[in-house]
Amino acid sequence: MSTNAATPTEEQARPPARANEPSTSLKKAGDWARRAPLLPALIFVIIVTQLPFLATLVVSFMNWNAYYPDERGFAGFDNFKRVFTDINARQAVIVTILLTVACVLISLILGLLIAMLLDRKFRGRGAVRTLMITPFLIVPVAAALLWKHALYNPEYGLFNGVLTWLFGKDAPQPDWISMAPLWSIIFAIVWQWTPFMMLILLAGLQSRPLDVVEAARIDGANGWQIFRNMTLPHLRQYIELSALLGAIYIVQNFDHVFTITSGGLGTANLPYFIYETFYTAQDYGRASAAGVIVVIGTIIIATLALRTVFSLFKEESR
Amino acid sequence: MTATTRTDDPGRMPQSQGARAGSGGVQIVHRKQPRSHALLSLAAWVIGLLFALPVIWMILTSFHSETDAATNPPSVFAPLSLEGYRTFFAAGPWPSLLNSLTASVISTILVLLLSFPAAYALSIRPVKKWTDVLFFFLSTKMLPIVAGILPIYIFAQKTHLLDNIWLLIILYTSMNTPIAVWMLRSFLAEVPVEMLEAAEVDGAGLIRTLREIIAPVVMPGIAAAALICFIFSWNELLLARVLTGTVAGTAPVFLTGFVTSQGLFLAKVCAASLIVSLPVLTAGFAAQDKLVQGLSMGAIK
Repeated sequence: MSTNAATPTEEQARPPARANEPSTSLKKAGDWARRAPLLPALIFVIIVTQLPFLATLVVSFMNWNAYYPDERGFAGFDNFKRVFTDINARQAVIVTILLTVACVLISLILGLLIAMLLDRKFRGRGAVRTLMITPFLIVPVAAALLWKHALYNPEYGLFNGVLTWLFGKDAPQPDWISMAPLWSIIFAIVWQWTPFMMLILLAGLQSRPLDVVEAARIDGANGWQIFRNMTLPHLRQYIELSALLGAIYIVQNFDHVFTITSGGLGTANLPYFIYETFYTAQDYGRASAAGVIVVIGTIIIATLALRTVFSLFKEESR
Repeated sequence: MTATTRTDDPGRMPQSQGARAGSGGVQIVHRKQPRSHALLSLAAWVIGLLFALPVIWMILTSFHSETDAATNPPSVFAPLSLEGYRTFFAAGPWPSLLNSLTASVISTILVLLLSFPAAYALSIRPVKKWTDVLFFFLSTKMLPIVAGILPIYIFAQKTHLLDNIWLLIILYTSMNTPIAVWMLRSFLAEVPVEMLEAAEVDGAGLIRTLREIIAPVVMPGIAAAALICFIFSWNELLLARVLTGTVAGTAPVFLTGFVTSQGLFLAKVCAASLIVSLPVLTAGFAAQDKLVQGLSMGAIK
């Protein structure tokens, strides 16, 4: 789709001194007519999503705690120093990275295996697909409550109930959340995001040109060779897409951390850390500094990720 | 990335058809041994049931009495009871459910009104640097909401918009507009240019072109965008928790405050979780193929 299709080239060649000529103003009017449908959405999104970040940047250089309103003032880089030296903040960075990488990797691998199981014809395939989607359609807070109380609870949760069924009265009854707090959160998130990965990868598998696969099979290629050399390259862009979209949402996860551990036991990720600094501790300056650091980190990662999407996107528009 | 459209209802997948859509009518012969095939099918069933098990357990528990819900080993065959639902509805969930419905429906409508013209300006008559604009929209999804929540909170406090459902509507609209722009653009890119030129020759204006030529082609895209925007707004917790209170609190906020009481609460929490998830479950099951389109932001059709 060429952008200058409607722009006559002779107009571009004219000297800028004659900018007020009717044809140029017509072109300008045409440009604005093109832009007009875009502007409401663009301006709205810029105002609502970008202005708050600018304000966050300003507040991050201020000494501002809502509990001490008289001490408001310029703080320089103090907030940033405090965030960088705060052991909880550094812990939150590590937790965020661990949580995101573990959830994306595990749900991606599980999703790929299940998508391959579902990419075959068998009795009740539609029903199994519907069963698989169910976790994704539970409201995240509700899902977190379900895992915390109905599954993980050491006294009456289903996991320990199953252990009692299997091993009788002397069965081990672990307290899952205090034993492995971060993994408890990770598994609850993986349960919800595996269906997402599975759906996108299944769509990828079903778009494979099957006559080529069949030809390879007739030529004597075995299942692993077909998977390694044909399926995986074809799936690459679907894997990248699902990993990127999954990461965008999981990196911001608040619901599961808030519900399952309330950020305790070393599971506070950055969204929870900022929420607590601002909402409970009312330290606006420090919360904003943490927010700015998150945004800078996200921009670095997002630039790399966007490049990946951009290559996908160029393939699509070709 | 244009994947083959599979319009057949996945709930009623034809069993006997060998050829797949898009395979050029080549008959696919499965030459695997029937035993391994049966084993793989069994594995698929077991995994599917395992993933659905927590939800099945939630439904079963919600219909048990509180004492039967909290036993070890679990009392699967305990008599059914509506106690959990009675406690849930007695707690007054209707205002929060209504708030969620208002915020989700109105913000979804606003998202569509904003993003449809924008998607038009990014595909059919693209503005200069349209790819930059498109990636700007995507980049806003990568900035964590939590980094901007403090100024929004202070702004709402100063303008007395705290605990006002319209504040959530505006924020949800901005949160979902980028997704809808991406999705609708990918659908609009498939509108045949000849149809548009013919309409131009006939002297049809922008509004008429949008309504009569483009809208019918992208209706599936609009449906998918609406579904996904509705689900994301309905699910949202962080903004709702920080910015609303007793008046404009949404259903997820209501859920978080439901476990504070002493004593047994598992049955009523399961009942509440199920009721709050019901709109998403219904919409998602009814439109499974739209769900894939929506989640992939239109990259997969």
